[in-house]
Amino acid sequence: MLNLPVLRWGKPYDSLDKDTVTHFATGEPIAKVSQANRGLIERDMRSAHKAREILRAIPVADLISRIKKAADLYESATLPMGDGQQSPEDFARQQSSSTGLPEHMCRMNMPKNSFVLRNIDKILDCLTRGLDLNILTKGYGVESRGVTVSYQAQAPVLCAVLPSNSPGVHTLWLPAIPLQLGLVLKPGPQEPWTPYRMHAAFTAAGIPGEVWSIFPGGPEAGAAVLATASRAMIFGGTATVEQYKGNPRVQAHGPGFSKILIGDDEVDNWEKHLDLMCESIYINSGRGCINCSGIWASRHTNEIATAIADRLGPIEVKPPTDPQAGLAAFTIPGQAKAVWGMIETDLKESGVTDLTSKYGPRLVEAERCAYIRPTIVHCDTPEAAIAKKEYMFPFSTVVKCPQGEMLAKIGPTLVGTIITSDEKFKAECTEATHIDRLNLGPLPTTRLNWLQPHEGNIIDFLFRNRALQTA
Amino acid sequence: MTLVETATPAEMKSRAQAAQDQLDKHAVETIQWHFHDSTGSPFWLEKKRGLKFDPLKNVKCFADIQKFPLFEDDWLRGGPISRWIPKGLAGKPTYVFETGGTTGIPKSRMVIEDHWTDYENFSATLPDKYFPKGSNWLMLGPSGPRRLRLAVEHLAQHRGGICFCIDLDPRWVVKLIKKGWMEHLEAYKDHCIDQVLSILSAGHDIKCMFTTPKLLEALCTKLEKQGKTFKDTGITGIFSGGTEFTPQFTRFCIEEYFGGSPEESGIYMTPTYGNTLMGLACSKPVGAADGYKITYYAPQPRAVIEVVDFDDPLKVVPYGDSGRVKLTTLTKELFVPGFLERDEGEREQPYAKYPWDGISGVKPWRGIAATTTVGVY
Repeated sequence: MLNLPVLRWGKPYDSLDKDTVTHFATGEPIAKVSQANRGLIERDMRSAHKAREILRAIPVADLISRIKKAADLYESATLPMGDGQQSPEDFARQQSSSTGLPEHMCRMNMPKNSFVLRNIDKILDCLTRGLDLNILTKGYGVESRGVTVSYQAQAPVLCAVLPSNSPGVHTLWLPAIPLQLGLVLKPGPQEPWTPYRMHAAFTAAGIPGEVWSIFPGGPEAGAAVLATASRAMIFGGTATVEQYKGNPRVQAHGPGFSKILIGDDEVDNWEKHLDLMCESIYINSGRGCINCSGIWASRHTNEIATAIADRLGPIEVKPPTDPQAGLAAFTIPGQAKAVWGMIETDLKESGVTDLTSKYGPRLVEAERCAYIRPTIVHCDTPEAAIAKKEYMFPFSTVVKCPQGEMLAKIGPTLVGTIITSDEKFKAECTEATHIDRLNLGPLPTTRLNWLQPHEGNIIDFLFRNRALQTA
Repeated sequence: MTLVETATPAEMKSRAQAAQDQLDKHAVETIQWHFHDSTGSPFWLEKKRGLKFDPLKNVKCFADIQKFPLFEDDWLRGGPISRWIPKGLAGKPTYVFETGGTTGIPKSRMVIEDHWTDYENFSATLPDKYFPKGSNWLMLGPSGPRRLRLAVEHLAQHRGGICFCIDLDPRWVVKLIKKGWMEHLEAYKDHCIDQVLSILSAGHDIKCMFTTPKLLEALCTKLEKQGKTFKDTGITGIFSGGTEFTPQFTRFCIEEYFGGSPEESGIYMTPTYGNTLMGLACSKPVGAADGYKITYYAPQPRAVIEVVDFDDPLKVVPYGDSGRVKLTTLTKELFVPGFLERDEGEREQPYAKYPWDGISGVKPWRGIAATTTVGVY
């Protein structure tokens, strides 16, 4: 069994307080993870400025080339992991066994992270709109067009309180180091793997280890990180997002409520888009905030829902090691049952129909975990309570709604795929401030272009574009 | 660690037997007091009528207390509070201390002098080197209807000192947490710590303090932000308590806040486990040698802690096993038979200074751990 220490600016610290990460299906212990206490975090955060000082002493171009090397190491090398070693295969197996995601999905997610690292120069170029990155190092400089600009870092480190259930979110904090900000991560209790492996890859690639801290722990550790951070990301539910709303220090990432809107001009061709609808709902076991949880159209909604249900409804639970496994387990005891209970309540509403029920029970309970099989629900009206829901498995509603009312009724939408050639509808969607990422045209909600910002531009979050004049 | 007391197995056996004999005798005396018509409290005399045995005749040792049904904490909610006053103590000045009460009716415990006695006994366990007699104290913890403030103040006075107190309302803290008003929580904590720093800077020669782990952490953090350390406060003895008093917390304090073991830093911290019903369970000295393990021993014979099976509260678990904390309180002011606490831990072997069962790894009982707010101050 592996022992993962707290990392205090790169130095391993073996805490007396340890959490055991276990296999979701067998209960077998996989790792003991040292837990950071609040005082330790608060104490260490007082030295956060050193991380930025260390990174500012390394030219950005050097950091970028080291990070590209880290991409290869992360994806292919056997790296130190606590008191042991970890190959990429070990990583996929361990991540699967603690998070409940099938192994092949864990393997598939690795290249996403390494892609971001390998293309970090292009990503930063896009996010900064072509800014000379040395201006970020110095704090100001003159752009090629002869204008003096200043970008002031708002924190010496980026902190992140990470989730257990969505390995995809790690791409969001990866740009911090090349921006010469240190990293302070509080991993999700069941997913310590990516932060530690990333730290090992960065260190092996020549990034000083002391610009990282990894503070595993319970909710109190997360609270300590957030309380001491000048800039932090947190991942949670709607309540978390509400709690940090308007707090400039915290970027809260919650449920996505991502949707596909089909315009009146395209809805008769809905069959052409069936693959993208299914992919948007089902890929990565529907766990991500970018997975589609609602398809909205003015007509053919019953046929659309039936066709998706016929495609996804028969999907069965398979062991996590099966390359065909498409469903992730709910690893928290009672969670799947509670989720299914909420869905059952909503299904009682008039005009709400589960079109997947004919393919057998959705809730599948095992000894130590549970699954919910894909569930496609048709709603006659956008007023149905279930039309505003999102769950962490392949779940979507198909909602009948006139095109003219859609934008007023969809609610917050992280990724909105708009399938239409109607320029007026496109323009309305472009103006809709409750859609974060807008896909114009038949693109799955789950296919992200990494050159685009995600839920706010990280440059705007970490730096302040302020006035600076020189005499 | 030099403060750890040891005994040979033969001595331990003899001390354990003496402690058991004393407990049996004390249990019988306590039952006679609480169930005799001339001295007992209205509450227990009323309960006696519903018992299937006569406590005055059938309790001949501590083990016989198992004949009573388990104590229900709801009995402590609501009045009249006077029903708990033993007739034998009627007319004495009486206090009421409360636990819980963030919402709804709090649990109330009637006290006359128990808190003084508990803390005088506890005083005898404190090393004078770090808790110098005659020095002044700081009480940084819950006040209001809690007994802690008066008890710590009495402890200071009993040791010849004067106690400075900082106000703290734990019910408001719980509300802030439940509402998610974390910035208000931080502000309230800062408000308390600012008062501490003012008092400590005022030249009152404070050398001892009571505080909770969270507030100690907050105090040390604030001091370090000012470029100081805990040592700069001049405090050499800390008495603290709560389920969040973990080995890791202790180690972190000793290694990083205090600057080393008591011998190196001159600062000694002793954890305690207690509440309004029990009094104070003392800890075996804690140090690096045994991995900062914290083992508590109830203040026998006035109170007894048993670590019992989660499903069968009449069955004590084997040494080293986990179980729920069952408390029996046996003072002249209060009799509490078999009260299942909201904590669990591992049963520990007797220790030379406290030759009866102990408990380590105390944490919230798994039955409520996910739903309760612990360690709020």
